[in-house]
Amino acid sequence: MHNFDFAKPTTIADAAKALAADGAQALSGGQTLIPTMKQRLAAPGVLVSLTGIAEMQGVCIGDGGLHIGAATPHAVVAKEAKAHYPALADLAGGIGDPAVRSRGTIGGSVANNDPAACYPSAVLASGATVVTNKRKIAADDYFQGLFTTALEEGEFITEVVFPIPQRAAYVKFNQPASRFALTGVFVAKFADGVRVAVTGAGNDGVFRWTEAEAALSANFSAAVISGLTVDPSGMNTDLHGSAAYRANLVKVLTGRAVTAAG
Amino acid sequence: MTKVFMTVNGKAVSGEVEGRTLLSSFLREGLGMTGTHVGCDTSQCGACVVHVDGKPVKSCTVFAADVAGASVKTIEGMANADGSLNVLQQAFQDHHGLQCGFCTPGMVMSSAALLAENPKPSEAEVRHYLDGNICRCTGYHNIVKAVMAASGQDVSALAAE
Repeated sequence: MHNFDFAKPTTIADAAKALAADGAQALSGGQTLIPTMKQRLAAPGVLVSLTGIAEMQGVCIGDGGLHIGAATPHAVVAKEAKAHYPALADLAGGIGDPAVRSRGTIGGSVANNDPAACYPSAVLASGATVVTNKRKIAADDYFQGLFTTALEEGEFITEVVFPIPQRAAYVKFNQPASRFALTGVFVAKFADGVRVAVTGAGNDGVFRWTEAEAALSANFSAAVISGLTVDPSGMNTDLHGSAAYRANLVKVLTGRAVTAAG
Repeated sequence: MTKVFMTVNGKAVSGEVEGRTLLSSFLREGLGMTGTHVGCDTSQCGACVVHVDGKPVKSCTVFAADVAGASVKTIEGMANADGSLNVLQQAFQDHHGLQCGFCTPGMVMSSAALLAENPKPSEAEVRHYLDGNICRCTGYHNIVKAVMAASGQDVSALAAE
């Protein structure tokens, strides 16, 4: 990989200053960025590690629900979110493998917005708020397609705030080699309705399945899903599964997630 | 180049690194500690797993500069003080948990991390935890058996291959 200057600020303000430099790139756990740099698909001049910033670490209940610092590793979310938001903790505990979960962070995953990553589905299904060093962004405005988000140059996520649903579950169909979601569905039932977000399947990244949301808001039961159809035209096709296969997975996994949510 | 300081297997160490120097390279080339193996260099195989502040990480996917100041434990730090194999290492030997041995450092480090947080794992929990460690000899049955035995559980009923 190409060499770079390395910086590790300890405050959000210092990180913002460092990231204002030309060619600067934020580094969180590095579980995606470092392999990407090894392939020379990214070659930042300055890499700014966000893992040394205490105010971006940890899980706590606060205004608006569960606050998770952007630099909190998946393993910590799996443990510390369990009592407050078990479906989110389960999702975090199922990402990659234990060593990846020691390093990879929620902020890194949400900033990267990989179309097969787990976290974007939880953020979108929960109607979470993505907090950056500059502003607060609603999940519905944040995700903008494959690896594309509302983040601007020099902007980075500092925390994600999750409203806590009455019931929720995440069910993922693993791609066993990459450990990403071939398809994953997060279902969250709130007092005012149900939200369903799908990762791994859509050819434009994470999306809400609004038809299922309407049906489940009227009747929160896996049976109502069997009457719906998913249009395969918006789904990914690759060597692991066709668009029709993924469309079917969306339906099957949504039903399973509703059952798991209880 | 910048100078980094860290603790490796209880000893204070330091060395000059570039920004791009991986922890695995710092250990192997900087400190000459070649027990940590690099198998795939793409964070798939787990041969390079070491502990950073008690947590298992893939050292090929962490920059040395990013873990400056940390306490690192490698396979070289696993033996007992008198140089004899520790319980987990001895169990790998007793139960033929290694064939070519290339994946073994990572398998031992991941297994040690598992036993630290879950001292009596079930067979399914061992298999699940070792998801990120690949054995190119496919010797998984005996690896799982060794980890179960090291946790003090009866392994006579487990599959032996």
